[in-house]
Amino acid sequence: MEKLSKLPKLYLAVVFVILYAPIFYLIFYSFNSGGGMSNFESFTLEHYAAVFEDTRLLVILINTIVVALLSALISTAIGVLGAIAILFMRNKAMRNAVLSLNNILIVSPDVIIGASFLILFTMIGVKLGFASVLISHIAFSIPIVVIMVLPKLQEMSPTLVDAALDLGASKRDVLTRVIIPFIKPGILAGFFLALTYSLDDFAVTFFVTGNGFSTLSVEIYSMARAGITLTINALSGLIFLVTVVLVIGYYAISRKTKSPLAGVRK
Amino acid sequence: MNNKPLRTIYTIPYTAWIILFVIAPIALIVYYSFFDLAGNLTLDNYKSFFSSVYLKLTISSFWYAFLITLFSLLFAYPTAYFLTKTKHKHLWLLLIIIPSWINLLLKTYAFIGIFGLYGPVNAFLEVMGISKQQMLFTDFSFVFVSVYIFIPFMILPIFNALDKLNPALIDASRDLGANAWTTFRRVIWPLTLNGVKSGIQVVFIPALSLFMITRLIAGNKVITLGTAIEQQFLVTQNWGMGSTIAVFLILFMFIIMVITNGKERGTTLNGKTK
Repeated sequence: MEKLSKLPKLYLAVVFVILYAPIFYLIFYSFNSGGGMSNFESFTLEHYAAVFEDTRLLVILINTIVVALLSALISTAIGVLGAIAILFMRNKAMRNAVLSLNNILIVSPDVIIGASFLILFTMIGVKLGFASVLISHIAFSIPIVVIMVLPKLQEMSPTLVDAALDLGASKRDVLTRVIIPFIKPGILAGFFLALTYSLDDFAVTFFVTGNGFSTLSVEIYSMARAGITLTINALSGLIFLVTVVLVIGYYAISRKTKSPLAGVRK
Repeated sequence: MNNKPLRTIYTIPYTAWIILFVIAPIALIVYYSFFDLAGNLTLDNYKSFFSSVYLKLTISSFWYAFLITLFSLLFAYPTAYFLTKTKHKHLWLLLIIIPSWINLLLKTYAFIGIFGLYGPVNAFLEVMGISKQQMLFTDFSFVFVSVYIFIPFMILPIFNALDKLNPALIDASRDLGANAWTTFRRVIWPLTLNGVKSGIQVVFIPALSLFMITRLIAGNKVITLGTAIEQQFLVTQNWGMGSTIAVFLILFMFIIMVITNGKERGTTLNGKTK
């Protein structure tokens, strides 16, 4: 392999600096005692204190986490069942059709998902607020879970299920003792992605949230539209920290759960 | 078959989801596009979509999405290429991906400060002897921030395609006397075209429908199809017109997907060589 010469290294360095600069810029000014993101006056933690003193913001933070955890759990359950259903489909055309339908929500622009869900909820009379946000997050996370779980299921040799059945396992045993443990890495990856999708979503939530309910993204949007407040900077510092911890945690989990069987193929 | 009931239990929640949240929403969008503000069945929305206002909007939306995709590609391809040549390439790739996990709104918000009149970019311009520029609320800032947001999504598929590329093919090309440019044009580029295509797909479609970046960074100067839909649904409350624009956006989405899916030329070849 050819070694990287100076110019490409410089290029990569510039890309890294540009990608991280805005994030560190935000965090840097979160410690500014001045009011804005231009003159750094002196070091302070008051903006972090402001985040924790703002009960409204804390309620929104809890909302965001509750919606993320619940939607990730429920969408993982439905998505895993869906992936198993797709696996057992005999008809190839049918399976492809279902897979395309599954992928529609992944590629659809958020605005369309948001707008169409807004129509749907209004039609069937779901009150906009916690319920509508939760249902939407479940709905757009399910296809991700299916995509993460299906390859693991396809990796599983069908003889494994047959062997279990021959040895007298009931259908339930097959599911809980054979299939689920085998696809566990896929399930975890799906759950984790669903969680991040939910935490990160802005556009869909923006459409289906009513007046009384808000998540962090929606709140940041309305704060940012009002102008620069260093509370947002402090918030982004905290979010960056949590993100990095999550990424590390995810890699730790995905390494640990790599069963020897699953490890064979990648 | 005795496993029938169990199979139904697997299938019901997922099928219900497909019907309720994939098929019904699209059907509802199409249905609503035929109604005007007063609730009368009409084709007026489609008529007005083909009026000059909306046609201009569509063209400018495509133009911006094209620019965003082009610049993302121009910056992402070399990045992905150099990344595959680094020692710990997967670690570096992860570091490239981490910023994309930070909430999009926060990153957009950062640029309000960076491009602001008293921000670092203007401070730098002043040092260079150029007077302060109003950078926020311009086309430039909109395209720049969008490219910034989308670049990791463009790098990822291209990196994967390059990573799968068999180095023996490059050696062969060089042995046969091709120079670096010819090797790139005739060997590397065609074999990574699928990565490029999926990169274009994941950037172009969202770029057509962004609305928060246009609102926060571009003021109300840049209006994309996404901004128009948001406007019609949440501000004007004209769901009919909003749905009509959405119908066209869905149509464009399908066209782009058909174009960018293409034939899986490189992958089958890679599958063999691997």
